[in-house]
Amino acid sequence: MAGPSFGDMTQQGERWAADQVLALAPDAASRKAGSKLGTAGPWSEAGCSDEGTVWGLCKGSGSKPYQTVVDLAGAEGPAYKCSCPSRKFPCKHALGLLLLWTGGDGAVPRAEPPEFADQWLATRRGRAERKKQEASSGSGSASADPEAARRRAERRAERISAGATELEQRLADLLRGGLAGAEASGHELWEETAARMVDAQAPGLAARARELGSIPSSGPGWPVRLLEECALLHLLDQGWLRREQLPDALAATVRSRTGLPASPEGPAVRDQWLVLAQYDTADARLTTRRIWLYGAGSDRTALLLSYGAAGRAPELALPVGLALETEVSPYPGAGQFRSALGERFSPPATTETRPPGVDTARAAARYGEALRDDPWLDSVPVTLDRVIPVQDGDGWQLADADGDTALPLSAVARNRPGLWRLVALSGGAPVTVFGECGHRGFTPLTAWPAEPGAAVPLC
Amino acid sequence: MTRPPAPVSALPVWEELVTAALLGTERRTPPGCAPGPDAPTRLLDAAALETVRRRASLRPARSAKRPAPAPADHRPPLPTAAARRLALLLADRSGVAGGGRRGTAPDLMELLPQWLAAANGHGYAAPAESLPALLDAARGRTDLRPAALTFAGPRALWLARLNPDWRFALRAAPGGDGALPRPEEAERVRRLWDEGLFAERVALLASLRARRPADARELLAGTWSAERAEDRLMFLDSLRTGLGPDDEPFLEQALADRSRNVRATAAELLSALPGSALAARMAARALTCVSVDRSRVPATIVVEAPHECDAGMERDGVVPKPPAGRGERSWWFGQLVEATPLATWTGRLGARTPQEIVALPVADDWQSELHAAWCRAAVRQRDSAWARALLGSPTVPEAGGPGAVSLAERAKLLGVLAAGERAEWVAGFIATHGLSEAFQLLGVCAVPWAAPLGRAVVDALDIARDAGNYPWSFSGVMGLAERCLDPSEAGRFDGLSAMADEPEDASPGAGGYWAEAFQRMVTTLRLRATMAEELAPAPAPR
Repeated sequence: MAGPSFGDMTQQGERWAADQVLALAPDAASRKAGSKLGTAGPWSEAGCSDEGTVWGLCKGSGSKPYQTVVDLAGAEGPAYKCSCPSRKFPCKHALGLLLLWTGGDGAVPRAEPPEFADQWLATRRGRAERKKQEASSGSGSASADPEAARRRAERRAERISAGATELEQRLADLLRGGLAGAEASGHELWEETAARMVDAQAPGLAARARELGSIPSSGPGWPVRLLEECALLHLLDQGWLRREQLPDALAATVRSRTGLPASPEGPAVRDQWLVLAQYDTADARLTTRRIWLYGAGSDRTALLLSYGAAGRAPELALPVGLALETEVSPYPGAGQFRSALGERFSPPATTETRPPGVDTARAAARYGEALRDDPWLDSVPVTLDRVIPVQDGDGWQLADADGDTALPLSAVARNRPGLWRLVALSGGAPVTVFGECGHRGFTPLTAWPAEPGAAVPLC
Repeated sequence: MTRPPAPVSALPVWEELVTAALLGTERRTPPGCAPGPDAPTRLLDAAALETVRRRASLRPARSAKRPAPAPADHRPPLPTAAARRLALLLADRSGVAGGGRRGTAPDLMELLPQWLAAANGHGYAAPAESLPALLDAARGRTDLRPAALTFAGPRALWLARLNPDWRFALRAAPGGDGALPRPEEAERVRRLWDEGLFAERVALLASLRARRPADARELLAGTWSAERAEDRLMFLDSLRTGLGPDDEPFLEQALADRSRNVRATAAELLSALPGSALAARMAARALTCVSVDRSRVPATIVVEAPHECDAGMERDGVVPKPPAGRGERSWWFGQLVEATPLATWTGRLGARTPQEIVALPVADDWQSELHAAWCRAAVRQRDSAWARALLGSPTVPEAGGPGAVSLAERAKLLGVLAAGERAEWVAGFIATHGLSEAFQLLGVCAVPWAAPLGRAVVDALDIARDAGNYPWSFSGVMGLAERCLDPSEAGRFDGLSAMADEPEDASPGAGGYWAEAFQRMVTTLRLRATMAEELAPAPAPR
């Protein structure tokens, strides 16, 4: 078999837990359909290899069974191939197969991959290899004509500057007339402004402008929030218009906040990266997946972003609570957590590692300090150690077990079912909680019990 | 979070900025700016600075009152594989498939009850993070509640107090955290009985009765006259558990109760005690109504129903007014026979066995009335010899079945028999009559089904397929079989789940549907076997 480059890795892949597999599902219906297929009945000739490939034949309604293969070892996260006609990704067969595989050797024994699996793997790894070579040879197709590329970038910058100037005018008009009037005129005006910013190729400005339109209907206290967001948008406009005078790192932050594409630049960090959390947010057009990683050796926290078109799950998926040895490269910009996943050296495996935690005072201070590098930050990733979920009127807090202070939970967190998993896990006793801490409060994403035990996803 | 107190000298800059922004710079000049065309920009500059300053200075708030910690759960944790399985079973909860085609995959939600029963049998503690999903499942399905709440344990009740959606758990488990006093804690028992809420008192009485029947009765007798009528009824009902001859004096006294329902219940309980004075009085009355006419050939039972319902009968629980459409004499007669000890008849009707008595012809169309009353008596007195006689042989060919007894009555009579005999009777019935009337009878058989019963069901399904039926005509029995067949029977379906050639007169496509249904059967049985293995305790660490 053509040797895929796994270096000296011979250890066999850890089998995942069922809920980690279910987290791959693009929607609830797939999750349900997949769990029904996670039993031996419809499967035949299922097997898996030490390199993290799982395959099997699933009996469907037709006479010919579907051929399903999953590659868990790819650099971009799991990849799936199934001969079924479903447009869901992964399809229920892939999910069912993985669930079956979580059950152990009985259902899915180690074996040599059959031809249909081997072929697909070979093309897939061949493609990955080519991509890597192209990347290392340094020249993409984009740089075919550096002069043309530079002119394109210049034209785009001019458009954005025009957009930012127009936006400044709108903000000034709003403040001159008073926010009180915004309640009436609000939404459509800002939708239209957002569309103009999309035309100006400044998606970051567009998103903020759209956000302004929704604030007047967001409940009590909206004038304060509207002023805050107007002021921060003004700050971003000004940052863009004067980016030449800013320090390099801050200028990069401004560019990325404005919505210019960037690519990872920092040196790749090879480490045992613990998967802290994975969650999706979706609007009508796009599903955005965020994966938080913690590097045990480098003591760094990194954010992986991936996207899926409406209705499809983003491809990258990593099981929460496991750790994998991989390279992670940071994107440019001060105070940015965003990073890209590089080469992987091991499949995800169970680990005793937990992120080191702080108390609530330190967590709040950390957010404050992070604003120095990026004043537009809404929150920072923080692990709280020894906190207890406490009911506070209609809301909830995470209170220091050894002190008398607490961080309130954000409104988003209060309405998630994960809140109750957190409360149940704690039972009134201290737990370790990873989440996002910012001006809206703390949003818990993953928790660990006080005693040794696996991570419990909360989102 | 809170904001630190502003320095005393500083103006409340932020508030002034917000006011100016709300009113507009045309009407209000923001602090520290000159009026003019630049005022909005100056306001935004100042607001940006203040916003970031305010955010950067956020500090934690004072913590609210901590909850009391959840009581400890000392049960051993679930094995890892079983915990995964539980997550899968609970994940299937969200949608019930409704009337759609069922396909080849098992109904996971239908397996949750037996998974919970098995986990409770092993005495495992539920993983804490699964409690919300367990409570939600129990909320949606009342039939799951007892097992789900037992498994969920004390922490679930702690949790339920924090979420109004789960209040039902507190009602279902009175005493809150399952802290009912133990029988030997006489002082606590007394206090709870005297001061507790109604639900708590019912639970206390039930738990005491299950362990120390006499103590429970005395507790109840002590406050009997002071209880409200509807409470007396509920309390009296809890004496069904562990009913014995010792209870007779108390029940006899309750026959004089002010409430008719209490009297009726007391009478019913007494008639379940064949040695009781009430049973003897009822027997004396019934005997005047039933005799054997030996002049006829063969000997025939003659019934002369009572002509009146006197005060004595009423006091012994006979309801004088019949339901609409029934004659009052036959109504009274039925109640007398049903409360009469069955042993009375073997003596009275010429030293015959129950079988022989049931076989006697009955004059003037009284047979169904008499046999129905005997059925009720056999169930109430849990008399297996009579139940067996009334059930008759399951293989008797007539469609109505033996004894002209209805299906519902048959199911109740079966409940009186021991599990093995019950299974064999139903197996015989299915072998003769097929599956079309078997559903209710199968429901009373012990799970997993005994081997002969399982075989009979599988054979009958095979026959139904060969006859060209569609499988959904048998979906009730199929679903039951998936849940109740012994998993080791899965091998029986190996031949059946393959696509068979369709017989010529078969319904179109039926073969494929049968193959699918049998596949689901096999898959479900295998899954149940796996579930049981996963729950087996890990070998003790060396």
